[in-house]
Amino acid sequence: MLMFDYLANPTRFRKITTAIFPVAVLVSAIALTFGLYLAFFASPADYQQGDTVRIMYIHVPAAWMAMMCYLLMALSAVFYLVWRHPLADIGARAMALPGAGFALITLLTGSFWGRPMWGTWWVWDARLTSMLILFFLYLGYMALADGFERAERGSKPASLLLLVGVINLPIIKFSVDWWNTLHQGSSVLRLDGPSIDPAMLKPLLIMALAMLGWFIAITILRMNTLIIRRRITNLESRKSWS
Amino acid sequence: MRDLSPKAKRGIAILMVISALGLAAMLVLNALRDHVVFFYGPSDILDKAGKGQIVRLGGLVAENSITSLPDGVGFTITDGNNAIDVVYAGVLPDLFREGQGVVTEGMLEADIFRANTVLAKHDETYMPAEVADMLKDQGVWKGQE
Repeated sequence: MLMFDYLANPTRFRKITTAIFPVAVLVSAIALTFGLYLAFFASPADYQQGDTVRIMYIHVPAAWMAMMCYLLMALSAVFYLVWRHPLADIGARAMALPGAGFALITLLTGSFWGRPMWGTWWVWDARLTSMLILFFLYLGYMALADGFERAERGSKPASLLLLVGVINLPIIKFSVDWWNTLHQGSSVLRLDGPSIDPAMLKPLLIMALAMLGWFIAITILRMNTLIIRRRITNLESRKSWS
Repeated sequence: MRDLSPKAKRGIAILMVISALGLAAMLVLNALRDHVVFFYGPSDILDKAGKGQIVRLGGLVAENSITSLPDGVGFTITDGNNAIDVVYAGVLPDLFREGQGVVTEGMLEADIFRANTVLAKHDETYMPAEVADMLKDQGVWKGQE
């Protein structure tokens, strides 16, 4: 709570985030270079799936990011609805587009992976369907948040939508355990430890780090842009009043 | 409730809304359990599949069960307890082999399941071929053949 109060000052927020930004970019660039090299050249092919398994190094981290990003947006919505702090709202708005991008990448790479391995581009099983719903939730949030003449009027309904949609996160995560699905179960985040060879887990985690760094950097950029844009709108409306 | 600050009231309201929605989602998904599953196993399919109804049947392809028939390919899908014979005319996915998980869509006719599509299912284990061979040599192999 203290940290949130401390960061909630927009000037201080700007100062701290401009310090974090280059670090996030650097970490992401290094991890992406190293991760892509490992994923496509220096990691073994799968005993069953052959080289097709390399799609996993994009697909799985993107899916993690899509879900983490939604969780962060929902937490921001709680901060906004309870404490009414505009910075929490700006945070959720800034994260929506990257989150939708991650969800789209997950769906597309999953489709490209499903075609050769399963024999189909798409099926309506619980995992695929709930992931598609997550993508639609992102689109719905952006439409609702930006659907008003004065941006702030969309904040409350859009934050409520985020809270309602949070039910979907455990459904995505546990869909493969609760129901029969065509999608396989979890390989990394499971109780009895990863069922993925260390040689393949390493590129996966490095790619996840690359995406996380990119996400942090882009969120900082977008938040500061939104803060400035909001200031401009406020100044303009003050001018038109006088 | 009257003594609470507006912030606390809003927080409690949000908690209540989320728990109510969570409960509702749980009840709905529980009620729709039979429809959310993507396929039925050989043990369930006789109860779940009505006559002439298109359903999905999933399980492992039984060892030594793949045969070539005049009207396509025949194989047996098993879950360890029950098994059902499947007939399919069409292109099989690359991963299709004995011991592999598959999901088929089709219709139960007498005791034979006539499939229109066959999809391969793979498990969540990923490893290089050398590691798989090593595990097989040491006799600690737990996965599919």
